[in-house]
Amino acid sequence: MNNQRRNVLKTGSGAALLSVLAAAGIIAPGMALAEWNKTAFDAKSMADTLKALGAAAPAESKDVQVTGPDIAENGAVVPVGVTSTLPNVTMVAILIEKNPNALSASFNLPAGTEANVQTRVKMGQTSNVYALVKSDGKFYMANKEIKVTLGGCGG
Amino acid sequence: MGNPMKIRAASKDGITEVKVLISHEMETGQRKDSAGAIVPAWFIKELTAKHNDKVVLSSEFGSSVSKNPYLAFKFKGGAKGDKVSVSWTDNKGDSRTDEATIA
Repeated sequence: MNNQRRNVLKTGSGAALLSVLAAAGIIAPGMALAEWNKTAFDAKSMADTLKALGAAAPAESKDVQVTGPDIAENGAVVPVGVTSTLPNVTMVAILIEKNPNALSASFNLPAGTEANVQTRVKMGQTSNVYALVKSDGKFYMANKEIKVTLGGCGG
Repeated sequence: MGNPMKIRAASKDGITEVKVLISHEMETGQRKDSAGAIVPAWFIKELTAKHNDKVVLSSEFGSSVSKNPYLAFKFKGGAKGDKVSVSWTDNKGDSRTDEATIA
């Protein structure tokens, strides 16, 4: 009898917890920020991230440049920039291959804004940093290896 | 409400360069505190920059953008005295908007 009652309690509280999580963590911010691409930011691998961004097979391009240091002493603050000479760039994204979630940031550029964005990112370890650029509806990519002496994701 | 952003906007040869420094913790949700408990994720998700009332940049951030994010970009147009405003929203629903005048 007692055991059964415990099981019932366990299942009950489990379900309640799930609904609390859904209410607090998924539904509420999801409604407020409908546009944030959760699939892309939650994706772990490069391939999954590219798929979530709708760019399954981007072409390598010399007209896209990733700027950043060759060696970053502090992985918590790595200056990374993306520039491109391609025409009609509408989207730029920064991906870090070996981070827990590859996608770091994506930028939508309306007409008139140049394909030249700089920011700072965290890197857990030495990794290739990819710049993904959407130009005339097609995706292009370039990468640069940045060596990290001290990781920036905990540790 | 977070602390104020630092925004610099300068116009040169018809192109305005905007530099933004935001004050935000940007917790990844993967770090542990000294007691071993995971520090919950807290990061900016969306950021929009406007020149007067026209959007010149809209971006989505993940948790791997550095603490106190820095952002620089350029757009065509923008005259001295015009307003540039930047707003962000984080994953806790907090938001902030700051404004600067193009120099």
